[in-house]
Amino acid sequence: MTRLNLLYFAALRDAAGVAMESVDSDAPTLRALYEEAQVRHRLPFPSRQLRVAVDDAFADWNDAPREGSEVAFIPPVSGG
Amino acid sequence: MDRFFLSHHPIEVDALRATLGSAHAGAFASFEGWVRDHNEGRPVAGLRYEAHARLAQAEGAKILEEALRTFPIVDARCVHRLGDLGIGDLAVWVGVSAAHRDAAFGACRWIIDTVKARVPIWKHESYMEGDAGWLHPVRDDRA
Repeated sequence: MTRLNLLYFAALRDAAGVAMESVDSDAPTLRALYEEAQVRHRLPFPSRQLRVAVDDAFADWNDAPREGSEVAFIPPVSGG
Repeated sequence: MDRFFLSHHPIEVDALRATLGSAHAGAFASFEGWVRDHNEGRPVAGLRYEAHARLAQAEGAKILEEALRTFPIVDARCVHRLGDLGIGDLAVWVGVSAAHRDAAFGACRWIIDTVKARVPIWKHESYMEGDAGWLHPVRDDRA
């Protein structure tokens, strides 16, 4: 099991009910990690509409989750 | 040098413009994003921006660095507001100085377009009718 902090923003945070949650997961990829969260919280976006960031840098959905890292799920942005 | 900033306070346009002054620059172009009173036909009462601040700072800095590498410009800055804004408030400011206007206009356009596309900032809009919600426009080219 890998311990991770998941960060939720905007509509994902509204759906999850929390801005951050600590989880233990066996998910082999960040995509699988999101899909676990998607089921757990009924999140309103498929992973292909999101980006993922690990510890303040964008990451690849195929990356393996790293112990102790902070994983942020980035919904479609609307700045500017 | 920090060229991209997030701010919870009103953007100081004159000070930003002054930092871009240069004897090497014959041109200055800027863009201001203002809070509009309508969106998709609905009257807007106000809005709020939030960000994944550390990631937004890193991505914004990258974008400004890319602009400096890609366009023959002297310097550039971008500031984006966070927090609550009212109609008419300044939400985002981009400024570019360059030897010539072609690059100044081009880089300015590219910076605001790219900041809007890539930086993890989200708008929560409140409508005159009383409801409010997050904007999450899905772009076809990323499907």
